[in-house]
Amino acid sequence: MPRRSYKFKIGVLALQGAFREHIEMLQSLGVETVEVRLPHHLDGLDGIIIPGGESTSIGRIGERYGLLEPLREWALQGKAMWGTCAGMILMAKDVGMDQPILGVMDITVLRNAFGRQKDSFEVDLKIPALDAVSTRREKGKPFHAIFIRAPVISSVGPGVEILATLDDGTIVAAQQGNMLATAFHPELTNDTRFHRYFLEVVRRTR
Amino acid sequence: MEKVTGTDTLKRGLAQMLKGGVIMDVVTPEQAKIAEDAGACAVMALERVPADIRAQGGVARMADPEHILKIMDAVTIPVMAKCRIGHFVEAQILEALGVDFIDESEVLTPADEEHHIDKRKFKVPFVCGCRNLGEALRRIAEGAAMIRTKGEAGTGNVVEAVRHMRAVWDEIRRLQNMPEEELMAAAKQMGAPYELVKEVARLGRLPVVNFAAGGIATPADAALMMQLGADGVFVGSGIFKSENPPKRARAIVEAVTHYNDPDILARISRNLGEPMPGIIISAIPAEQRMAQRGW
Repeated sequence: MPRRSYKFKIGVLALQGAFREHIEMLQSLGVETVEVRLPHHLDGLDGIIIPGGESTSIGRIGERYGLLEPLREWALQGKAMWGTCAGMILMAKDVGMDQPILGVMDITVLRNAFGRQKDSFEVDLKIPALDAVSTRREKGKPFHAIFIRAPVISSVGPGVEILATLDDGTIVAAQQGNMLATAFHPELTNDTRFHRYFLEVVRRTR
Repeated sequence: MEKVTGTDTLKRGLAQMLKGGVIMDVVTPEQAKIAEDAGACAVMALERVPADIRAQGGVARMADPEHILKIMDAVTIPVMAKCRIGHFVEAQILEALGVDFIDESEVLTPADEEHHIDKRKFKVPFVCGCRNLGEALRRIAEGAAMIRTKGEAGTGNVVEAVRHMRAVWDEIRRLQNMPEEELMAAAKQMGAPYELVKEVARLGRLPVVNFAAGGIATPADAALMMQLGADGVFVGSGIFKSENPPKRARAIVEAVTHYNDPDILARISRNLGEPMPGIIISAIPAEQRMAQRGW
């Protein structure tokens, strides 16, 4: 795929967590970025990323600053949204715990599914959907996935496409319309394919 | 596909996920819940907060594992615990318990006055204190996945945290402006590995996350440390030694998110009740200053 330019403005929720890593990766792709801390920061954005971090911190701060409702609206209007790790937890309809979430994506998520930090791991995943944004050299190459105290998707609703699983079938990435969720952290690698995949989702919504 | 665990990427990655957050010292499961509800990104499980360690004196050691496990059971956020400087068996025990991060901490009484723990041998990540860039880079070379400036714990006085954060950034900026041939002498002078000195000069920041700690007692203190370049803050005695811990905890969490917004800081700083009582650093005898522990 030839390098395309992205004339978008992408917001990264910057309440807590690894938002700088997403911003740096987006900027390396030539995308204009905005740190989102208050509801009016959503104005004029083409897509939003909810980063990794602690889902309870992000959820509670978001609740106190009136961000959860506008973000729900955002997703319901079909605008592009991508959650990584904690972001995926916030997007899920069901996380099996009492904590503030958006509840916009028809997936059930299990938090800390692999255990504590010493069970965090790296693994190569086959993600065929990324071929659509791959260069000839990248095509078919596994995606190096970093799982840190990671959640998993324990079940998906009818409109949800599974993008990636572990060898044992555990679901770790999914898409529902213009919503993307990954249990792992593409922003901690040098591989921009997932970010480019999201930007193509954004392009379709405009 | 083969899974790998305990890599530098995973250790440093967890620290990256904590950024923009507040890590709170807690001594009971109830306090851990209050911290989590306030929006803390992690808790530090202790038997005594630094202010009490300072007041009571004696040898301060790793907490009772039973105590740490109860706090781990109470919350879903990461749980950290402290071991003594150089006490690698306390660290082995904490790793076996499954804590998410180990703080090799000057707040406890050092077990070794020459050597820190070889943190590369562990799968669990470590955070270590520093007063300057050389100390930070020595800890990173030993395997620390996260750094915090030491400040002076248990004082409610932010002056040492400011001193240490400024020192780290001053030295980073100095390296950035140096011609490459001067980096070797700089490495020698600050007692830091040459490769890490080169990396810092190239990146313009530490290669790991850097939090502020030691003396943070108010939302304004927390926002000050963020504006001075911290990636997040540790609050020890500052919350649970204050009059209204839940309210102060929430306010400090919000201050770290909105550290650049004085209108929000003004609003959240109101009516928090009494902060913890503070101590003037010069009133502390030299041998009781915790920041001087570690080499």
